[in-house]
Amino acid sequence: MQSVLRQFVVNRDDASEPGGLPELPGSAFAVSGPARPVSLRRLWLDTFDWRLYRSGLTLEQTGSRGATDLVLTGRDGAVLAADHGGSGPLKWPGKLDVLPMGPLRDHLGPVVGVRALLPVARAVSSVREQRVLNSDEKTIARITTDRMSVIYPAAGTVPPRVAVTALRGYQPQAGRLAEQLAAMPGVADGSTSGLEAALAAVGRRPGDYSGKINVRLTPRMSASAAMAALLTSLLDTLEANVNGTIRDIDTEFLHDLRIAVRRTRSALKLAGDALPDGVAGRFRPEFKWLGDLTTPTRDLDVYLLGYSDMAASLVAATPGELEPFHDHLRRSRAAQQRLLVRGLRSARFARLSSQWRQALTTAASARSRPSVARLAASRIARAHRRVIRDGSAISVTSPPESLHELRKRCKELRYLLELFGSLYDPGEQWRAVRELKALQDCLGEFQDTQVQHEELRAFADQMMAENAAPAATLLAMGEIAAGLITRQRQARSEFAGRFRDFASPASQGRIRTLIGIAAA
Amino acid sequence: MKIFATYNIKGGVGKTATAVNLSYLAAHQGYRVLLWDLDPQGAASFLFRIRPRVKGGGKALIRGKRPMDDAIKATDFDNLDLLPADFTYRNLDLVLDAAKKPSRRLGSLLAPMSAEYDVVFLDCPPGISLLSESVLHAADLLLVPLIPTTLSVRTLDQLTGFLGSFDGSRPAILAFFSMIDRRKRLHREISEQLPEERDDVAAAAIPALSLIERMSVERAPVTAFAPRSAAARRYADLWQEARERTKLPEPPATDAW
Repeated sequence: MQSVLRQFVVNRDDASEPGGLPELPGSAFAVSGPARPVSLRRLWLDTFDWRLYRSGLTLEQTGSRGATDLVLTGRDGAVLAADHGGSGPLKWPGKLDVLPMGPLRDHLGPVVGVRALLPVARAVSSVREQRVLNSDEKTIARITTDRMSVIYPAAGTVPPRVAVTALRGYQPQAGRLAEQLAAMPGVADGSTSGLEAALAAVGRRPGDYSGKINVRLTPRMSASAAMAALLTSLLDTLEANVNGTIRDIDTEFLHDLRIAVRRTRSALKLAGDALPDGVAGRFRPEFKWLGDLTTPTRDLDVYLLGYSDMAASLVAATPGELEPFHDHLRRSRAAQQRLLVRGLRSARFARLSSQWRQALTTAASARSRPSVARLAASRIARAHRRVIRDGSAISVTSPPESLHELRKRCKELRYLLELFGSLYDPGEQWRAVRELKALQDCLGEFQDTQVQHEELRAFADQMMAENAAPAATLLAMGEIAAGLITRQRQARSEFAGRFRDFASPASQGRIRTLIGIAAA
Repeated sequence: MKIFATYNIKGGVGKTATAVNLSYLAAHQGYRVLLWDLDPQGAASFLFRIRPRVKGGGKALIRGKRPMDDAIKATDFDNLDLLPADFTYRNLDLVLDAAKKPSRRLGSLLAPMSAEYDVVFLDCPPGISLLSESVLHAADLLLVPLIPTTLSVRTLDQLTGFLGSFDGSRPAILAFFSMIDRRKRLHREISEQLPEERDDVAAAAIPALSLIERMSVERAPVTAFAPRSAAARRYADLWQEARERTKLPEPPATDAW
């Protein structure tokens, strides 16, 4: 039984000698060896948005002498699950279904979700293990020296990393050994993981992508500079997801890309006037084009992601009877994906992204009078008033369109709160949007079920036209359609209560407090 | 967790060599093994280069004042830990005598170790004492080294008779011939004849070999420093029989996360 006692980073010239660590001067311990170093190919995997890293997990694939291991470790380095290459060589990027059923897949499933795992770093380690003996020539500790060269995402060399592992019952002696190592010139404590060390060597760090808006605004910033910063960050997110969308690595690249587009469009609509004259007006049609380009594929993704639940929910029909519909969805998606890729590779898209960045760079240095705090407060207050006004006008007899319109108003309010979120206290913000979220969920369910119901009819028509719709399949689709209508009615019946909560004086007060407007 | 004890009333018959080699073989196969060196002479501890000392002595361990966990030391071999001897073990009888249910004490001390170990070896000092009685109660299998003489058969019968007087569970016995001198006719005859006549005598036997004596120079099990030697092969045969007698399950796969 062993535990890593202490880790070091060695920055000295002689550490690169093949003999391992230099002798410990004046020590009671002897270092036995050197053992032959083992060469290890290492590959770290994570989702594009670093879900494993954010959950304190590390997934590493190692290869040595023809054997491949895939090991998942937790924050303390303890092994949680592993696969020892029983499934043959694995290809990355890949979804979880490339892994065999078992503990590793079970562990990863809830964290990784629908995302694919892709290489985040690749390196080669030369690992040498030496034994440390006391005066009885009894092993009391092991010293592992890891010399790592990074290959991906860029080439780099990591300073040798040394770990002291105490043998059970010898912690005090191993502790003294570690002290002696720590006192050597050029040796410093350092317990970064292999992945962190590899990325640091090439100037990166894990977790450096997130779909969240990651701009720290200060209240006195000029509105135009703040908007330019926010929109630039959204453009970064958008561009970061283009490659994964084109390669179709997983559905979430497109999802994140679309969110960045929607946020950009809302920002331009609701606060675009803070940018220099004409900029918002010039780019709004282009972003609408981009949004529309991405819609069909995403709609089909939503269907396909929910397909197994949908098939499982059938009561009268069997999942097998729905299968032709599944085929139809997959074919349609493949066709739409080709159109999407063509759009993202078009000159129009390249022009949009380069000219937009150029415009934002210019806007960042433009002077404007209002501060971002004032801009945010006035726009959030206005969006909030609109939600209250439109929502109050809705009665049981109102047509579905009025709820759809209200949903748009709610989204606008929500996007503004997210865009300017860094100006506000996170706790207050969370309390302020709680009722808004609940209202949005209800409106979303109402509209999504309606849209899906209409789409389902359109799919049925297409399938009929293509002679790809057996009667049993149409009946199964009919059952799905009926289920959607039930859900829509349920959402409609919940609307009044959700809106009442949102429009309550207490809830309204929380929004006003958040943005700093007196209740009067 | 299965508990094996090497035991004989007589000293110098190969108890420690057997405990050390069999525990190494078990660990090498992937079992998680603890060897408790109960002999105050500390020969097993010496062979693993571990100082024969337990803080607080045997008294603290037996009374439960000092957790066993704290006293355990890793050997230089994977999966093999040792609870060292201590010179105070010579007084263990007195300590046990003062304890409740002295003959069950060792078993109850070892029971909590089952989460950590698959196999425990107890290397006992010679003699019949309260300590050996406690060992006999705790063990699943007694490994009894016999020198091939007519007297040894009598010793084995005495031990069987003594175990027969136990209430409840009693260990199985696997006696085996040790230190056989092939040049002596009597040794040859007895060691070939007895395993055929008696179920409790193993077919495997350990010859007197200088390589086994070399263990005290190498300070390692012969099964580790000369794994292909005749001595190592005989110990492997004996371990195989011991495993079968106790129906010890296959070792946990090293990658059984």
